[in-house]
Amino acid sequence: MGLKPSDFRTDVFADWCPGCGDFGIMNGLHMAFAELGLEPHQIVVVSGIGCSGKEAHNVKAYGVHTLHGRTLPFATGIKVANPHLEVLAIGGDGDGLGIGAGHFVNTGRRNLDMTYIIHNNGVYGLTKGQASPTLQREMQTKSLPKPNINEAVNPVGLAIISGYTFVARSYAYDVRHLKEIIKQGIQHKGLAFIECLQPCPTYNNITTKAWYAGEDRKDPTTGKPQSRLYKLEETGFDPNVRDWAEDFQKKMAAMDKAREWGDRIPIGLFYKNELEPTFQERISNRIPFYMNRPPAKQKLGDENGFSTVDLTEFMEDLKTS
Amino acid sequence: MAGGAQGSGVDTAANIFGKACGYGGLYVFGRREYHSNIKGLHSYFHLRISPKEILANINDVDLLAAFDAETVVRHINEVVSEGGVIVDSKDINTKVLDIATLPPEFKEELVKFMKENNVGETLNDWLNHAKQKNVQVFPVPYMELLNQIGEKLGIEKISKITRMINVLTIGVSFALFKYDRSLAEKAVRATFSGKPKIAEMNVMALNHAYDYTEENFKNGFKHRLEKTAVDEKRLFLTGNQAVAMGKVLGGCRVQTYYPITPAADESEYLEAHQILKTGGEEEAIVVIQTEDEIAAVNSASGAALAGARAATSTSGPGFSLMAEGLSWAGHSEVPLVITYYQRGAPATGLPTRNGQADLRFAMHAGHGEFPRIILASGDIQECFYDAAKVFNLAEKYQMPVIHLLDKAMANCSQTYPVFDYGKFKIERGELLTEKDLEGKEYQRFRFTETGVSPRVVLGTKNGVHWYTGDEHNESGHISEEPLNRRLMVEKRMKKLELVKKEVPVEDKLKFYGDTDSENIVVSWGSPKGAIIESLEKLKQEGFSLGFMQVRLVHPLPAEDVKKALEGKKRIIDIEDNYTGQLGGIIKEKTGIAPNFHILKYTGRPMTTTEVYGALKAILTDKASERQVLMFGS
Repeated sequence: MGLKPSDFRTDVFADWCPGCGDFGIMNGLHMAFAELGLEPHQIVVVSGIGCSGKEAHNVKAYGVHTLHGRTLPFATGIKVANPHLEVLAIGGDGDGLGIGAGHFVNTGRRNLDMTYIIHNNGVYGLTKGQASPTLQREMQTKSLPKPNINEAVNPVGLAIISGYTFVARSYAYDVRHLKEIIKQGIQHKGLAFIECLQPCPTYNNITTKAWYAGEDRKDPTTGKPQSRLYKLEETGFDPNVRDWAEDFQKKMAAMDKAREWGDRIPIGLFYKNELEPTFQERISNRIPFYMNRPPAKQKLGDENGFSTVDLTEFMEDLKTS
Repeated sequence: MAGGAQGSGVDTAANIFGKACGYGGLYVFGRREYHSNIKGLHSYFHLRISPKEILANINDVDLLAAFDAETVVRHINEVVSEGGVIVDSKDINTKVLDIATLPPEFKEELVKFMKENNVGETLNDWLNHAKQKNVQVFPVPYMELLNQIGEKLGIEKISKITRMINVLTIGVSFALFKYDRSLAEKAVRATFSGKPKIAEMNVMALNHAYDYTEENFKNGFKHRLEKTAVDEKRLFLTGNQAVAMGKVLGGCRVQTYYPITPAADESEYLEAHQILKTGGEEEAIVVIQTEDEIAAVNSASGAALAGARAATSTSGPGFSLMAEGLSWAGHSEVPLVITYYQRGAPATGLPTRNGQADLRFAMHAGHGEFPRIILASGDIQECFYDAAKVFNLAEKYQMPVIHLLDKAMANCSQTYPVFDYGKFKIERGELLTEKDLEGKEYQRFRFTETGVSPRVVLGTKNGVHWYTGDEHNESGHISEEPLNRRLMVEKRMKKLELVKKEVPVEDKLKFYGDTDSENIVVSWGSPKGAIIESLEKLKQEGFSLGFMQVRLVHPLPAEDVKKALEGKKRIIDIEDNYTGQLGGIIKEKTGIAPNFHILKYTGRPMTTTEVYGALKAILTDKASERQVLMFGS
């Protein structure tokens, strides 16, 4: 008997503002875990600092609510120590692309088999609305004293050139789409990056729910709003790399899609490559028994606790008599 | 002592030399000094060799093997009367002030020396000056010898074998010492064990130089090295290597690091030996080179939460970056191990030199109040055992443990009897398994008598729990409630009382010499060897003096320290820093302050010669309260 999404709830009060995209992402996680047949103890949700960081407490699974920007290093250590854990790293746009940008890039180089979700709302919510690294230049969200002076980072583009082997985007208010993307990300063999677009109802008065929904640009004939979001999978876009020969071209196509913003914003899968060896595979090439006896599962001592390590080989090189 | 430009094989030469002496049953203590530079700047290795155990370096040099002119000007005044200098014949006419690598402030010292002693501007003038002090000079035409070897080997390009200058000097040295050359051959072969061709070339160079010396310096040299028989197995190793082996023994299975001197050698050594033989199935250590020290400390914490014994290894600048992660680990009660090799600080400081100025930083780094343990080793053997012990401490008390070391220990090499490690016990503390948890409600931070809550590693069935850097409740969820906050702070902090109570006496304080004496030395870390040797020397001269080595520097066993210091007439604090940090901490925790300080902050480790001198000055009432040591180039 599989678990239901509600089995992944906790009794911790979710203290986000009414209408916050974090509720959608939380539900997406619950649904994805249930549909994949995972059990709470198999999962570790590693989160950073900010509103999104609290999400770890609202998922019934091992939760590690870490430091600002350091989600990926913690997740890396956990996954390397026990590669059988299903590790999900989640964090905000400031967390992952500002203070944690170095980790964002370098984690891409390792291709650990885990999933990283960035909540992108363009602002630092918990510190009252400063510009995040994804806010476009010249935008002036409500609590900014002056328009944003910095250019925005392109999360999807950065993920592609940093070596993430699954790069996708979804939207916090399209929970069905989001949970499907999360499921795909978890199932992907390698490091999955998911940018989740998310309004901040309190501090981002520009890219709001109504803006994403296109309520400011109603179809003149039907009078219906024209959503700014469209799904890549509905356009015949093929993100899958099946042969290294097509990798460059697929990356370029994904980069091209990553540049789209404004009135047409693609969501869905931009790039996927399972040919790249995962970090676990790379370690296994050096340590053939790594998956059977990863660091967290090694015995260390005999039944009486005495270390059984044999240092003869170490000492042989150092011996002088 | 062997010296030359960085990259010219000084290190290799010293290791071969040390090994060869070890094969002959001799004890060796080696001190390695080098610039923060890849190639070209001066580096040297000072080896002290004796049939009896030795614990530190001394100032005197009996034989100086100079690969280049700079080595002569830097060290010739350290060579004793009736000592010798091996020098490249081609360097004899070098004008010392023309040596390109000499920094201006050092040239000023040279000019002053030349004026005061009426020494001319060429190296030959310097050598003649030394001869007046009865130093023997052995000029050797390095390039000519290499050409002859090249001819024998059919190598046209001599540049290919100029690296062997280092081995030539070993050949010359051992010939002067009349040491068994077969032991030197053995050491060369062991050093180049993976490269038989290079090994044979080097053996040839060694013998060629040995023969040349026997033929050309028939008058000989006063000093001898004689092999002795030994009936025990011995090792010759560095602190970095000892720590790496200790970690493996202690169960470390994930090591993270970001390259930094003088810590990185340890991680590389571990990676090179990552598959581990055991009594049962093979095990392995995963070494991850992270993008920075922030990632290093937090990845190590992550691995520790997942159940691996995990560590990171760094020096001051890296540890500065780890401060926030350390605070998180202390708060979340993570069994994290940080191996901390101090070097010359602050800032980039003296990146390749020694220092002990980070004790207070290690104690206080990280925002807020949280428990941590700091264990300071004082020699290479302690480095080994402590590197294993810290993992037990980290898991038993569920807190970060800093294994505090310094560059002197990291890079010194020393002879020891083979380590007896069979009795090391892995103590994982209160660790619950899936079975223990069946049908029970688990809370990670449950309040307990001792403050230690039973631990469950991530992924354990029936044990789901949470961690957060916010203040948490017993389940690990965020809580800002005042009462919970108070109880959590107290829960964490009181674990330190348990540490003070349970850590074995010998891991807290070690006593040497005459502890009943009215004079006592307090110190920690690498000065230990020089202090013990000085004590022995002073005892022979009739001076009575004890020595308390502090190992558990935090939490300081204040009661025991107080007992040891109460009523003493002279309390002498010896440290490689400016402020006497341990002395200050002792004063803070016990109310008893050292009344003498012997300090050094030139970046060079203390030698027995200078520690002995400073102590004797104090014991004979000729010293000021503060003496600053200076020896070492």
